[in-house]
Amino acid sequence: MKGSLLSIDDIKKIAKLANIPISEKQSEELIKQVGVTVAYVSKLQELPTDGVIETSQVTGLENVMREDVVDESRMFSQVEALKNATHTHNGFFVVDAVLEASE
Amino acid sequence: MLYWRQVNKNLLDLSILELAKRLQDKSITSVELVDESYERMEASESVIHAAITIRDKKEALALAKKADETRTAHSSPLHGMPYVVKDGYVTKDLRTTAASKVLDTFMSPYNATVIEKLEAKGAILIGKMNMDAWGHGASTENTDYPVTKNPWDITRSAGGSGGGPAAAIALRYVPFAIGEDTGGSIRLPAAWCGITSLKVTYGRVSRYGAIAYASSLDTVGPTAKTAEDCAVVLEAIAGVDPKDATSSPHAVDDYANGMTKSLTGKRIAFPTEYYKEGLDTEIKAAIFKAREQFVSLGAVVEDVSMPLLEFGVPVYYILAPSETSSNLGRYDGVRYGNGRELFTKETSRRVMTGTYALSSGYYDAYYKKAQKARTVFIKNYASILSKYDAILAPVTTVPATKFGALLEDPVANMMMDVYNVTVNIVGVPSLALPCGFTKDGLPMGMQLIGNMHGEKTLISLGSAYQSATDWHTKTPQGVTI
Amino acid sequence: MNEYELVIGMEIHVELKTKSGMFCACKNDQSLDKKPNIYTCPVCLGLPGALPVPNKTAIDWTIMLGLALGSEIAEVSKFDRKHYFYPDLPKGYQISQYDMPLCVGGFVDTSFGKVRLHRIHLEEDTGTLKHTLLDGKRVSLVDFNRSGTPLVEIVTEPDIHSSEQAKEFLKTLHQIVRFVGISDADMEKGSMRLEPNISVRRKGATEMPKYKVEVKNINSFKFAAAAIEYEFNRHVAILEKGEIPVQETRGWNEDKNATVSQRVKEGAADYRYFPEPDIPPLRFTKEYIETLRAALPKLADEVKSDVMSAHGLNEYQGKMLVENTIKLTKFQTIVSLPSIQRANVSGPTIANWIINKDIDPSSSENQIADQIIASQTIVVVSDDDLMKAIVEVMEANPKAVADFKAGKEPVKMFLFGNVIRELKGKGDKERVVALLEEKLAA
Repeated sequence: MKGSLLSIDDIKKIAKLANIPISEKQSEELIKQVGVTVAYVSKLQELPTDGVIETSQVTGLENVMREDVVDESRMFSQVEALKNATHTHNGFFVVDAVLEASE
Repeated sequence: MLYWRQVNKNLLDLSILELAKRLQDKSITSVELVDESYERMEASESVIHAAITIRDKKEALALAKKADETRTAHSSPLHGMPYVVKDGYVTKDLRTTAASKVLDTFMSPYNATVIEKLEAKGAILIGKMNMDAWGHGASTENTDYPVTKNPWDITRSAGGSGGGPAAAIALRYVPFAIGEDTGGSIRLPAAWCGITSLKVTYGRVSRYGAIAYASSLDTVGPTAKTAEDCAVVLEAIAGVDPKDATSSPHAVDDYANGMTKSLTGKRIAFPTEYYKEGLDTEIKAAIFKAREQFVSLGAVVEDVSMPLLEFGVPVYYILAPSETSSNLGRYDGVRYGNGRELFTKETSRRVMTGTYALSSGYYDAYYKKAQKARTVFIKNYASILSKYDAILAPVTTVPATKFGALLEDPVANMMMDVYNVTVNIVGVPSLALPCGFTKDGLPMGMQLIGNMHGEKTLISLGSAYQSATDWHTKTPQGVTI
Repeated sequence: MNEYELVIGMEIHVELKTKSGMFCACKNDQSLDKKPNIYTCPVCLGLPGALPVPNKTAIDWTIMLGLALGSEIAEVSKFDRKHYFYPDLPKGYQISQYDMPLCVGGFVDTSFGKVRLHRIHLEEDTGTLKHTLLDGKRVSLVDFNRSGTPLVEIVTEPDIHSSEQAKEFLKTLHQIVRFVGISDADMEKGSMRLEPNISVRRKGATEMPKYKVEVKNINSFKFAAAAIEYEFNRHVAILEKGEIPVQETRGWNEDKNATVSQRVKEGAADYRYFPEPDIPPLRFTKEYIETLRAALPKLADEVKSDVMSAHGLNEYQGKMLVENTIKLTKFQTIVSLPSIQRANVSGPTIANWIINKDIDPSSSENQIADQIIASQTIVVVSDDDLMKAIVEVMEANPKAVADFKAGKEPVKMFLFGNVIRELKGKGDKERVVALLEEKLAA
């Protein structure tokens, strides 16, 4: 990737994907900040990695699983599950009406 | 300049094992210990702001009293000992904020595993400490709460992201704290506050209940006055956890049994690229002096080449923001917390950088490339550590910075982590310990980087150094007002 | 109309009936009428600091399903994070599988041709959303009981070309899922959900159409067929005008008997997949996969032939019983009751009773048996009549008789089955065996 600065449209698109509400002013600041970061990390392209396989796990572990057993001691009562929410109703969490997933 | 009241008691200057001994033979009580903790906090907190939340004193003293009553000959050395944690660990008794207004009033319905383990051993949690929000930062300036001041110079940062726990140990609020290290967050504050901390092997301590910053890099570890104190705490918190699929089944060593005064047979690598321009001359001189110290203790110290240093920060600043953009997705205000518009500028910057690096069309060039670079670093470290017990490296390029210095410059901010991040990328442990003071009286630190699960060796090396030096015994002096 | 053909790929989600969640130890309760948010924990509620640990049974069952469907099982597999924001998705990502699913390929036979499978993978289910009015404001009520339930996703190739084929495919898949024993696969209760991706092209064309329409909200095989028919007509009408149908998601509306536009997709969603760092990869040895294969219950066809030959049933009776595991279990229990054996009631008689009669679900097998017996007029079949049937069968199957005489013992069962069928199930079975053996020895 070239280290070119991002446009305001790029920033708005990223902010939407990231679900972070930003103002027009914030968008402008972020163009510079995110752009500079992206330009800096693009330096990584200089490191040769042909034929190298990615590492996603430094532990070297495999097949870490659990038996199909219920553990009631870890389960919450309805009260516990809801206790930190700002808006609840009859045991449900409440949000403003949503129609579709914002992907 | 405003300084704080001198505290007249000095129990908390003693080592954990010494305190445990006196608690066992009843020459002191937990109540006295907790009382001194609160006196120290009351003397300094209005200036220092190491804590976000402090437990009600009466509650803490009641727990201390109970601890005194239930102590047996078989109790853990940590039984009845007050401690604090970085505010990134969920606790049932005290709120958890991760230093962000997004979680300002969050009362977790469950405890992190590390908290459960310490509670089971009888330790008493008295504070949730300040940090850069979500772990994003190297100076604790990215907090939504009053910024922590460096106890050695209150115009300067205590480091980050765990500035709060580090300041707390520097001021001897408690015998130990639990910090967290993703890219230097436990080591950098230790270096800037003149204390000791341990970044553990990835997976050594359970991450269940540790608010995730970068899942493949986050580690849970102890910070205290000495390597020995860290070892005692590590024995209590290490171990596999069925609730954390990345926790290591590697046996828990008797870390505190690694104390030694002689380093004969030990081999330390000294990467020459780490000591070139960019490193503060006083820090460089201090570490060179420490090198001589290791030699006089019997170790062999050899120059080696580790030329990939310059790529560490780019790799980290792709992986960490990517993973944090993912981990912060759960904060949508539906089940808990407040709205996402409350994320700070720094956090927004990291989340957006991460979102970009993972997005379609960029994933291969950024995230995937960084994961490949990770493999290269792992091989590089392994080749050095197959021939040496540890690598001796600086922790930071400069001592504690003045407030504001790092905030507006993203690159300067990122470069603070240059010596630290590759350690997390590879997953190996590192012990950060004090190695001197600048002429202005600011602490300087160094780190010993070891093999996977090489904590016992690092503690040996660190304790030997600390038996021959006294940097770790210094505390910032207050002035009676 | 006849110039066009349907091109359909199906995406099916099946909720596994494990005891606990996919990544947590919460109870996996699939009953419908329960209070909201009573089966949650830090993991499936997406609390700060929580971590996922995969359910071994869910993984095993997914592999077994793949084996039953002829898929290749991955030697190495992993989970990935799939990111999007929605209130019923607590972490802001779903732990799913991206490029290394547990199963690749496979197929389901239909009388219209094979429907190939693209892949089968394992993921976690989301919570549920209910839209309502609260204090005059439109809101969504969120329930996380279902969050974290193990969910298998089966994706087919676009090999389905008619609504009849779709229905047959779904019924067969449904049967296989139930036989492997991993899910109730109940479409009305939501433990099996399906989304056809539908397009239309001219018959004989080989390229894939340049669009597809996804249809949601289908909760029965009947409605799946109806939705497909509706779409076919709708697409053809558009294509005839020289236009291309809009690529979109539509919802099936039962009342209107039509699909309704829900959302136009502006290009593919960017899920920002990356490997799940909290879960180490999975590696399966060949030996392990074979142990899972050995644990697979018998599949429908095998069960059907077994029950037909053991009890003298015909194809129709076999098929009816095997399609309904409850009826099959009842049949197998009743046919071996001592009261039934003493009364000499035939297998086909019992099968017909169970298949055709409206049986009170609260009746016990013994009660049902008594009813059947009471309805039978016992007919004693004479030895002469038994022998007549035996001779007829032996003359109609000379090869079998020769095989038996050559030492192939099992052939006796085959001949016995045919005799019973000939006798329409009547007659003392022990007597039949004795007479048959006599005749074969002669």
